[in-house]
Amino acid sequence: MPSVCFYFQVHQPFRLKHYTVFDKSIDYFDDHKNSAICRKVANKCYLPTNRLLLDLIRKHDGQFKVAFSITGVLLDQFHKYCPEVVSTFDALAQTGCVEFLAETYYHSLSYLYSRSEFLEQIEKHSSMTENMFGCKPRVFRNTELIYNDELAKTIESTGQFDAIITEGADHILKGRSPSFLYRPPECENLKLLLKNYLLSDDIAFRFSNKAWKEYPLFADKFAKWVNEHNGNGQVINLFMDYETFGEHQWEDTGIFGFLESLPEEVLKNPDNNFMTPSEVIRAYEPVDTVSVPHMISWADIERDLSAWLGNAMQSNAIHEVYRLEKMIKEARDERLMTDWRRLQTSDHFYYMCTKYFNDGDVHKYFSPYDSPYDSYINYMNVLSNLQTRCKKVLKEEQPLAAVN
Amino acid sequence: MLGWEFPPFISGGLGTACYGLTKAMSNLGIQVTFALPKPVETDCEYSTHVKMLSPSSIAGEPGMKMPLEYMQAEGEYLENVKFHAIKSLLQPYSTPQEYEQHFEEMIKMKRANGKLGTPNSNHEGYSVDESASNYCGNMYNEIHRYAAAAVRLASREDFEVIHAHDWMTYPAGIAVASVTGKPLVVHVHSTEFDRSGEHVNQEIYNIERKGMHAADKVITVSHLTRNIVLTRYGVVGDKVEVVYNGVERNGNNRPPISRVGIQNDEKIILFLGRITMQKGPEYFLHAAKKVLDVMDNVKFVMAGSGDMMKRTIEMAAELGIGHKVLFTGFLRGDDVQKVYEMADLYVMPSVSEPFGIAPLEALNHDVPVLISKQSGVAEVLTHVLKVDFWDTEEMANKIIAVLKYPPLQMTLREHGNFEVRKLKWADAAENCARIYSDVIYRAQPVC
Repeated sequence: MPSVCFYFQVHQPFRLKHYTVFDKSIDYFDDHKNSAICRKVANKCYLPTNRLLLDLIRKHDGQFKVAFSITGVLLDQFHKYCPEVVSTFDALAQTGCVEFLAETYYHSLSYLYSRSEFLEQIEKHSSMTENMFGCKPRVFRNTELIYNDELAKTIESTGQFDAIITEGADHILKGRSPSFLYRPPECENLKLLLKNYLLSDDIAFRFSNKAWKEYPLFADKFAKWVNEHNGNGQVINLFMDYETFGEHQWEDTGIFGFLESLPEEVLKNPDNNFMTPSEVIRAYEPVDTVSVPHMISWADIERDLSAWLGNAMQSNAIHEVYRLEKMIKEARDERLMTDWRRLQTSDHFYYMCTKYFNDGDVHKYFSPYDSPYDSYINYMNVLSNLQTRCKKVLKEEQPLAAVN
Repeated sequence: MLGWEFPPFISGGLGTACYGLTKAMSNLGIQVTFALPKPVETDCEYSTHVKMLSPSSIAGEPGMKMPLEYMQAEGEYLENVKFHAIKSLLQPYSTPQEYEQHFEEMIKMKRANGKLGTPNSNHEGYSVDESASNYCGNMYNEIHRYAAAAVRLASREDFEVIHAHDWMTYPAGIAVASVTGKPLVVHVHSTEFDRSGEHVNQEIYNIERKGMHAADKVITVSHLTRNIVLTRYGVVGDKVEVVYNGVERNGNNRPPISRVGIQNDEKIILFLGRITMQKGPEYFLHAAKKVLDVMDNVKFVMAGSGDMMKRTIEMAAELGIGHKVLFTGFLRGDDVQKVYEMADLYVMPSVSEPFGIAPLEALNHDVPVLISKQSGVAEVLTHVLKVDFWDTEEMANKIIAVLKYPPLQMTLREHGNFEVRKLKWADAAENCARIYSDVIYRAQPVC
């Protein structure tokens, strides 16, 4: 009975240029670096994995299915730097075996700071996805799988979504299995899909870890773990960054070979199948209510917000950016609006994280900066320039308003 | 242990390092006999809160033990450390030219009679001693005289390892090693390339090279210095080990002091160190100029003295920021503490810094720091701002950021103060002890 439900997060931020307090340029984003990274990841991950998935869908005659959530900021970059990636995603969309999920266009933490901005960004993302891939998303995932009960209510109130995806954190499941559908409290129809972090991380993080006792992981072994859920689970939610394939796990780890044989191995057992999130929620009923009064996320062992809001610099930077909302919206200047929104992307705050900085772990690996302090300084200098620009626009507008 | 300076008679990091290291060794139960040139009185108008010991309290023949009062003045006992003072004019960071200059000045002063010890007479920490005429006017001779005294001392003492700190003690180390056959460890706190850039003094270089090659083990204070020892002095890598310095935990909390000459809403950026080429004072001023172009309520304090002091004061004037840069002269003890308490940011723009203990002390005093990437201490500190010494625009950018964005200062301070606690002299002492056992083991005759 278990359905394997893959969802891949596809995202790259608009990284900032080195920007000092003396800089006056209004080009904040590092075209050169962003284009180089975008192309590099496209060649190592997006293009080969898309091709592989397309082959697998054809080979298994539509029985293999996956879902994607592609951020607006990455699609903007694809259009700019490597448009061929978009057509391969489009080819996947045409198969009917791929679902696209909704999120905030700018991969932002807006839910925490501005409800109106949050809803505007979801709307922008949904309409973009519809234009691009011909289908309006029905399942929502918030940036970094940040979630609580209140978010479920907000999402249900839009009337656009059937389900939300979040982390299957131990402390919210309290001993229950993530392999079932759940419902949030105080919601009529909305369902919850919870990430099976053990099996997801076996692929995303542990796959090439030679110290791991299951190393090396082959598709038949993984299929065996899937089979073990027979009779005790509806769905195995494998949620991970798409960059797992070829970028976090390099090609020479054998990750592509693993993905290539996985559908075959899983489908060997006739009780198993693959489903997209929307198919899962049509096929199964929630078994219980999961209550999440406090914010959770999919990050680090804490599964909380400390990776983005753990120190004084992070909370200051994010407060400052949302403090500009009213001004930016009054200015009604498209360029200002886009710049401001691109500054909301969660990665900017992640770079400022000092939590594990000493140990040189993942936080450091993903950061374009030498230190979290450098990233904060850079961000604040940009924000300060944006604010000056905004004030200038508003000042120019005011005399006109007076005349009218 | 052969050294050149020890608190409270210090002019730089070497004395601080020797103090921290010997104290931690003493706690480990290692018996240390510390031979150093007899500290002589220095007086400075700004060091008014430092309790200075008069020369008479420690005067005596070479080889005399330090009196107990000295230890009590420090507020703690170094149980296992014995001190031997050898009278000398030497100063750890001087050049042969300066030595001659001091020597001449001293003779002059002696003739002028009565000027001794008055404020300003030796503003830059020059040593003055009534018995100066006992010494000869050449630095190299002096080093060899020290070496000879060290050999005499060694014949009366029982010890297992010779540990020599920086080039001036290497000849003494080599001499003692060859007379006694005991293993020699040389500790490189800085090299001639750090002090003089590419304009090295060949004679000093030769002494350094000879010391490093004669040693059974070379200790460097950072990988940066280790690389110099390997590439510039041709020492084999197996012989060179890195032992990072530590920092003394600062325990006393005293009420805030008045900020003389500085208004309360003014921010203070601190440079503390010798004002010499190596420390990059001109980069500090260029950055200051850039900061002052966009900010007003900030002052730049340069605490220290050195051969570039005059030039630096002139340069501040040339840049038109003379009124914003305060020079305090050389600071000691409580005055150092005070200046840290006033500072919003400590900047160490060193062109070449083998380690750099001062940033650790700044962090210890809750002052965030900005250090050059060309410093050994950058290898061990993560919660600090780092910049290339020549990139004065970036230096200014970071200084402004600290002043402009309070959460930056707060985060740096919190994490930095925590991080600095992990750098302990006890670890440095343990590493040295491990190296000692290694060289002692190797020195044993093969049976």
